[in-house]
Amino acid sequence: MENTNLNNQVVNLTKEDFVCDQIVKWCPGCGDHAILKVLQDVFPQLGKRKEDICVVSGIGCSSRFPHYMNTYGFHSIHGRACAIATGVKLANPNLSVWIVSGDGDCTAIGGNHFIHAVRRNMDMNLLLFNNRIYGMTKGQFSPCTFRGTVTKTSPQGTYEDPFNVGELVIGAGGKFFARGVDVNTKELTDICLRAKNHDGMSVIEVLQNCMIFSNGVHENITGKDVRDDMQVKCEHGKPLIFGKERNKGLRLNGNKLEVVTIGENGITEKDILVHDEKEENTGIHMMLAHMMPPAFPVAIGVIRNVEAPTYDDCLTDVIERESAKSNIKTVDDLLNSGTTWDIK
Amino acid sequence: MANRSKVVELEHVVIRFAGDSGDGMQLTGNLFSDSTALAGNDFATFPDYPGEIRPPQGTVSGVSGFQVHFGHKPVHTTGDLCDVLVAMNPASIKANMRWLKPGTTIIFDVDSMNDKALEKAGYTTDPTQDDTLSQYKVVKAPITSMTLEALKDFGWDRKAMLKSKNMFALGIVMYLFNRDITMLNAYFNNKFKNKPDVIKANQTVVAAGYSYADTMEIFANTYRIEPANLAKGKYRDITGNVATAWGLMAAAERSGRQIFCGSYPITPATDILAELVKYKNLKVKAFQAEDEIAGICSSLGASFAGCLAVTTTSGPGLSLKSEALGLAVMTELPLVVVDVQRGGPSTGLPTKSEQSDLMQALYGRNGDAPLIVLAARSSADCFYSAYEAAKLAMEHMTPVILLTEGALGNGSEILRIPRVADLPAIVPPIAKDNEPGYQPYKRDEEKLSRMWAIPGTEGLRHRISGLEKANGSGNLSLDPKNHQLMTELREEKVQRVANFIPEQEIVGDPNADLLVVSWGGTYGVVLSVVEKMLEEGKSVAHAHFRHIMPLPKNTAKVLSGHKKILVCENNNGQFVNYLREKMPDFKYEQYNKIQGLPFLTAELENKFNDLLK
Ligand SMILES: Cc1ncc(C[n+]2csc(CCOP(=O)(O)OP(=O)(O)O)c2C)c(N)n1
Ligand code: SF4
Ligand SMILES: [Mg+2]
Repeated sequence: MENTNLNNQVVNLTKEDFVCDQIVKWCPGCGDHAILKVLQDVFPQLGKRKEDICVVSGIGCSSRFPHYMNTYGFHSIHGRACAIATGVKLANPNLSVWIVSGDGDCTAIGGNHFIHAVRRNMDMNLLLFNNRIYGMTKGQFSPCTFRGTVTKTSPQGTYEDPFNVGELVIGAGGKFFARGVDVNTKELTDICLRAKNHDGMSVIEVLQNCMIFSNGVHENITGKDVRDDMQVKCEHGKPLIFGKERNKGLRLNGNKLEVVTIGENGITEKDILVHDEKEENTGIHMMLAHMMPPAFPVAIGVIRNVEAPTYDDCLTDVIERESAKSNIKTVDDLLNSGTTWDIK
Repeated sequence: MANRSKVVELEHVVIRFAGDSGDGMQLTGNLFSDSTALAGNDFATFPDYPGEIRPPQGTVSGVSGFQVHFGHKPVHTTGDLCDVLVAMNPASIKANMRWLKPGTTIIFDVDSMNDKALEKAGYTTDPTQDDTLSQYKVVKAPITSMTLEALKDFGWDRKAMLKSKNMFALGIVMYLFNRDITMLNAYFNNKFKNKPDVIKANQTVVAAGYSYADTMEIFANTYRIEPANLAKGKYRDITGNVATAWGLMAAAERSGRQIFCGSYPITPATDILAELVKYKNLKVKAFQAEDEIAGICSSLGASFAGCLAVTTTSGPGLSLKSEALGLAVMTELPLVVVDVQRGGPSTGLPTKSEQSDLMQALYGRNGDAPLIVLAARSSADCFYSAYEAAKLAMEHMTPVILLTEGALGNGSEILRIPRVADLPAIVPPIAKDNEPGYQPYKRDEEKLSRMWAIPGTEGLRHRISGLEKANGSGNLSLDPKNHQLMTELREEKVQRVANFIPEQEIVGDPNADLLVVSWGGTYGVVLSVVEKMLEEGKSVAHAHFRHIMPLPKNTAKVLSGHKKILVCENNNGQFVNYLREKMPDFKYEQYNKIQGLPFLTAELENKFNDLLK
């Protein structure tokens, strides 16, 4: 991929450009390693100088990420990545801003900043590593932990329902939501590039395995034996067909989705719902995001991708408009405006 | 119009305009202060709004006031007890009894008096008839009826005509202070450009008030305040909150940085954000965040990305910002946090002023987390304090907390308009493309500040975090000795700021028997009392601190050589305890007022004289 440096010379960036000299300290086998490789593959393709990329994170295992990416980076405090990144982007809209956050970081302590960054449609990309557990603090339940899960702080199992990240994002007015799996690196790379091409806040939920505290939490979706039947790949303009035999599909029945088998009960491919990521109406995207095993496969890929003005562009526009039309060009002009008087 | 009464010269006067929320008292007060400006006096003003948005009409809680303190001598405060009270209804008298002194002239709209109005004000009997007001000079003026009379040929309905009754009161006051009412024409012409009849009506009513005062000889004498001896130059009137916003903007311009302010609305700090958002034309980036935490965090992100970053708040908001302030200390990024203090703790007294966030500003973070603390001393000084806060933050690469107060923020003073180019230069340590030998935590030898390597800069990619870092390289480090070193360096960096700020000044004899110490917004009232006592030959001196952390280098010297040191503040003894810790060789007395009200000159004078006995 070609990039230009400060003097507009073309430079070719590779994965190695983004590898840091720091020792990566995640547990062996942690899903985070795979995601790191993905972003090191994606960043050379951003069309940006290395210096114009900034990675921002909160606190958690996942949030260690910036230390391992050779860009500008800000590893901040628990839950605040979206807020910090908002400031970075508004200060310099030319930067490509990537946020890395955990399910706890993003939906518990940082829930407020997360929904507002989404609602404002800041032009940033966010990867939410969802291992459905607090990894860094050694295994407490998070807002994304399934009801009934036994953890360090729920010895009798939790008695609260989890957030579904997709519903949260779409409910907050999100314009881009995608879901991927940590080890499906090719697919995740494509999703990240789609996110990069989307102007506005792009949220990617990565189903990430924590080897230590929630090992296998996504196994019913990602396991070798089940994954074809339990994942439906969302591709814009294509029917939502899945299954080992590629004979299952999603059909809209009244106002509900249902899983049908092609070739049974007279069902043909024509009956299968065609994915439209550009649909403004959130209804079907919500239903897709909502799907969970065992009754449904999980939707993977870009579920929602609609266009809307971004907050940062709007701010830039107002600034340009107002500075062009105002007579007050400097603080001196301002100080001398309005009612003033002279003492001689 | 000539004024035929006997004219008495006065040094300074406090006048308070009070009426129901809808009576236009803020405008009346502002117009009077405009004419005060043209008369060449020094002045300061203070609006006293009701706490509620739509308080019940005619009640004490619905009274809106505007105070103007003006004089021939320098005016240091917005004034306490008033010489003149304009009261548009009975509730306005009731609400302001605290601010009266024997001999105060009360100009009262006698037409507003009826049983219902008395009842709403909470009076059982007419205060102008019994001895409630016996110590004051009450001028009962039929303001409402005379206004209607003056406008009878305009063909307006009663409600429209009554909108001008504040102008009748203004006319009376203009007469009392020998002001030329034609001074007001410029304002009317400008404000009501396309409404000639409104201009005419306002002029008519002001003139009617003026000639009523004259012909009815309602005052035994009138007053003149000679122009003040102000430095030559162009002046304007400015509130503390606006001055804060403009000071920050001036610093951004002078340093060549864009300004970014992430904030969340909170009384009494909101006006700074509301001011900054206006100036998109000057490329001000002001961002109303979802809460105070997002306010400071977005600012810190903007600071990382190269802006002069600011967040503005009041006490409860500062509490929410604590963790992120620690991050600012740890990442050694510049950040200005403005805390317009109000009565606390918790929601406290949101509309009242206090100085009780000092300890929170100094120490309210986890870990050893030192930062610079400054305190503005007056409304106009907010401009310079904000400018200095920004300069110190950027040049020393550290967060700075600027403490102001509700009374300073809302109050106004005259500001001699500076030229931005004449303000001290601001030179942030910005790293250049491919800066040779750059390391994220390599320090300037003198200041100990690190360099500001802004994303986008070629060759300087680096990561920062709230985790402890090795000095120099900035790599994450758990090395015990390094943590001790970094903790000491962060402290030393802030202490060394003392080498870059002015020495502490002292007013009066440096060896006076009594040294009065103050900080923040109590400056004016303490200084006025000390000046008065100095004229009387008393052995007092005044040291007012703008720089709290670090203290000026000569602080111990200033505190030396006095029989007594008295620390006056609007809290339960925060600065005095700080001095006890930092300057333990001295014995301190303290005077604390925690009522949401400013010190009165009289109470301070009594206290000072007691200590001199
Ligand atoms: C203010 C604050 N509260 C609590 C913590 C402790 N803490 C650190 S990480 C974490 C949870 C991390 O979970 P998640 O965001 O899911 O990230 P993961 O480690 O699973 O990647 C918690 C509770 C903290 N660092 N700061
Ligand atoms: S604890 Fe879990 S999430 Fe954290 S590094 Fe280890 S495997 Fe990964
Ligand atoms: Mg997690």
